[in-house]
Amino acid sequence: MGGEKLGWKDLELGCVVTEPGSAGEYKTGDWRSERPVRENEKCIKCGICYIYCPEACIEETEDGFFEANLYYCKGCGICAHECPRGVITMVEEVEE
Amino acid sequence: MKKEKVVGLEGSFAVSEAVRMANADVIAAYPITPQTHIVERLSEMVAEGELDAEFICVESEHSAMSACVGASAGGARVFTCTAGQGLELMHEVLYIPSSMRLPVVAVVANRALSAPLSVWCDHSDMMAVRDIGWIQMLAENNQQAFDLTLCAFRIAEDNEVLFPTMVHIDGFHLSHVIEDMRLPDAEEVAGFIPDYKHPFALDPDKPVSMGCYGPPFIYPETKRAQEVAFEKVMPKILETWKVFGDRFGRYYAPVEKYRMGDAKIALLTMGSYSETAMLAIDELRAKGEDVGLIRLRLWRPFPFKEFREAVKGVEVLVVLDRCVSFGMGGPVCSEVKSALYDQQKKPHVVGFIGGLGGRDIPIEGFEYMIQSALEKVKAIERGEEVETEMIGIRE
Repeated sequence: MGGEKLGWKDLELGCVVTEPGSAGEYKTGDWRSERPVRENEKCIKCGICYIYCPEACIEETEDGFFEANLYYCKGCGICAHECPRGVITMVEEVEE
Repeated sequence: MKKEKVVGLEGSFAVSEAVRMANADVIAAYPITPQTHIVERLSEMVAEGELDAEFICVESEHSAMSACVGASAGGARVFTCTAGQGLELMHEVLYIPSSMRLPVVAVVANRALSAPLSVWCDHSDMMAVRDIGWIQMLAENNQQAFDLTLCAFRIAEDNEVLFPTMVHIDGFHLSHVIEDMRLPDAEEVAGFIPDYKHPFALDPDKPVSMGCYGPPFIYPETKRAQEVAFEKVMPKILETWKVFGDRFGRYYAPVEKYRMGDAKIALLTMGSYSETAMLAIDELRAKGEDVGLIRLRLWRPFPFKEFREAVKGVEVLVVLDRCVSFGMGGPVCSEVKSALYDQQKKPHVVGFIGGLGGRDIPIEGFEYMIQSALEKVKAIERGEEVETEMIGIRE
């Protein structure tokens, strides 16, 4: 994401974005104050977290579990709230 | 040139003729008094095959402007029209074409705002949209309604402009009045509005994203870019009016003067009442008074330079507002005062509010304002506070 460095003269007419699909570069993970942490031994692989994630950032792993992509995960906690097995705990992000 | 025929035409139909001659591609509008005849006539033209355009019947003005935004993004020449409450319902969407630089052309038949419900003219609707980044100009008669609508397409679509443009015609005073006017035919108009191609028109082979999300790290830069671009439109407006004048013999200016030579007292008006004001000026001049009239043709961008030039030597400037800015007086008066603030030598400015909700201002009304302003100036010079006076109000 290089947008932070753009000056007003660098913008295209009407702030048009000429590179298709570039919204994917935007790191919404920066917004997160809590991260979802999983105890996969309790997980039944039902996929409810995957369905409910409003950011659609939860991906299925090769062994059938689910994992949030932290580049996009905003830490809303809906996955933790909806999980029928209590697999997901929201843990506060701390500055390193 | 000069083949134009003289016809009797209602102001609304004059606008519709201009849109037809401009060959608009897409028209999306919702009927509302006193604008209805414009959209009605345009829908007939499309139905009868006189105008090859898509006519989108929408369910509201919000949808009308939204459809215009989409069509303009697709590169079409786009027109809409509305009035009063309709313009207010459009309000949210009006910001989109100005920030996305889409040259939608709109005609607004100025109308008062509820409550109480009024379909009659004042300038409350146009004042509520003055800070949005639309070019705004006003017609005083049906000829100007036609001319300025035609010019609006050429101005808006200029690649160095690309801002939406609004032409204001006073509701009923122009929209429903039949006047004689000169109507060029399509052949004479041909070439006045060049073929238009938006540099970023939506195209599957050249995909772009418009109206994207703008977080704090970029939003202010987009507004700066928009403001700088808007500051550059004035020369292009002047250029179009010059080209129009050279072709059709009618010249327009951002600030127009009437009998201002040596005038010590000037009246400032906008829109159709300017014609009544001219008659008042004629009567006062006949009595030997040094009065003249200044009419603002262009409201946005505000013509600072031309306005300051017009009031040079004026000692008292009398400003008529057809709108109330509650708690502030009249919006035109306050802007005129701010335009003069840094000037070393400036006139006293006295504001009046009148003509609200279609109330007539007769010739005597303008004469009264001038006389009353001179009294108020004496009070100002005595150090007294002078409030904006609403004229013609029954106690």
